[in-house]
Amino acid sequence: MMAEQNTAAPRRTALMVVTWAWVGLPFAYGVYQLLLKLGPLFGG
Amino acid sequence: MPTYYSFMPEDGQILKNSTSGGFLSRARSVAPPTWSRWLVPPAALSVHLSIGQAYAWSVFKPALEEALHLSGTQSALPFQLGIVMLGLSAAFGGPLVERNGPRWAMFVSTVCFSLGFLIAALGVATGQYWLVVFGYGIVGGIGLGIGYISPVSTLMKWFPDRPGMATGIAIMGFGGGALIASPWSAQMLSSFGTTTGGIATAFVVHGVVYAIFMSLGVFLIRVPKDGWRPAGWTPPETAGRALITTANVSARNAIRTPQFWCLWIVLCFNVTAGIGILEKAAPMITNFFANTSTPVSVSAAAGFVALLSLANMAGRLAWSSASDAIGRKNMYRVYLGVGALLYLVITLAGDSASFVFILCAMGILSFYGGGFATAPAYLKDLFGTYQVGAIHGRLLTAWSTAGVLGPLIVNAIADSQEAAGKTGPALYTTSLYIMIALLAIGFVANELIRPVNPKYHEPPVTEAPEKNIAAVPQGGS
Repeated sequence: MMAEQNTAAPRRTALMVVTWAWVGLPFAYGVYQLLLKLGPLFGG
Repeated sequence: MPTYYSFMPEDGQILKNSTSGGFLSRARSVAPPTWSRWLVPPAALSVHLSIGQAYAWSVFKPALEEALHLSGTQSALPFQLGIVMLGLSAAFGGPLVERNGPRWAMFVSTVCFSLGFLIAALGVATGQYWLVVFGYGIVGGIGLGIGYISPVSTLMKWFPDRPGMATGIAIMGFGGGALIASPWSAQMLSSFGTTTGGIATAFVVHGVVYAIFMSLGVFLIRVPKDGWRPAGWTPPETAGRALITTANVSARNAIRTPQFWCLWIVLCFNVTAGIGILEKAAPMITNFFANTSTPVSVSAAAGFVALLSLANMAGRLAWSSASDAIGRKNMYRVYLGVGALLYLVITLAGDSASFVFILCAMGILSFYGGGFATAPAYLKDLFGTYQVGAIHGRLLTAWSTAGVLGPLIVNAIADSQEAAGKTGPALYTTSLYIMIALLAIGFVANELIRPVNPKYHEPPVTEAPEKNIAAVPQGGS
């Protein structure tokens, strides 16, 4: 029981990191592409 | 074997669901005690970031027009039909989503959205354009509507302390979907080519990748156990905030209340005001400053459009989260009241300063996004979580109406002013005053919203029909 609890926490953290990266990385790519378009508006 | 009962007064009957239901059943998606609620937003985002692709359809238009010899109107058909189907499937599919749960809904959305791309690929490859319209517009459109409402009430059950923030994250994802798809789809077309074979290959890749990406949501989504609460959180006293109810109203009863229709007007006019600028942003800023010493270039106008997209997205998360602190009614007072003032500033400032125009437009677009994202939490305050997903689906018909109304007003007036020989801000002055009037009407409608009459409330469940009942879920997710 104790061993199960000891392994559950790192597994949950790993799942959290993977799932947020799954959606966060494509989103960051989209925002980055958007920011590239802002240059001309501010004279870049 | 334990048996679950869900009460669906919408149908006037009690439905019986066995726990032996398949993987997609609600019973199988109940979270274990150790499950973190912070795993639910990525599940919602995997669906919303995907279906948000719809707003990047324009990337495919020039290629389709050239390869299949289509007019601009014809190439827009799959998108337009998709948005109509979004509204219809959200409105009419809501009760099904409530009954079967978010995992089932996300699965249906994944299948329909991906299958839509595959059917469209077949249509392009065989030169049968009707298949593209049917696949992307009808089949894919059902995926849009079911996917849009699939995580809404589940998120609010996991985040009863911050419902505005929770739905804001998901609905921000819908805005973010086009940001990802637009450069990605363009890159794919340049790699595969814009022949029928190239477009069909791009559609197949879209279908497969979105199926994999959305599957995360299907596997990850969990509903909380009945009565679950965040650790250390107790429901606040409702006396201070009369609009927040602890009762529940069914979807069928909700549309009989004046509150629903007031909120429908609020959302419709707030969206109309935002979409009027969003849809014509690039030509609007170019025309506005055409007669000045510093006209706006085409690339700067594209940057302005990008800035508005950013404001729209940020508003979805920021304002919706703020509504958790200041209350939904106050938040909509800001959207509608300050939004009208910003429109007035644009009208009065004319072409005197471009930064004033840009700042005001950003504010309006952030309120536009905020209005979308705050609506589910407003519905929850008024009608409870019981069938809030289905009620939200029906409210989205306001979006469909505004999608026609906003561009129609701005385009028709700009065209007529141009025909009359006017230039610069004069092309838009009348439209801007109309938007101010619509926002003022929306403001009044928001002021008219009062707590729902208890005669519409669902009776509390006091007696279990069988001895071996494990749980009596309070409606859907």
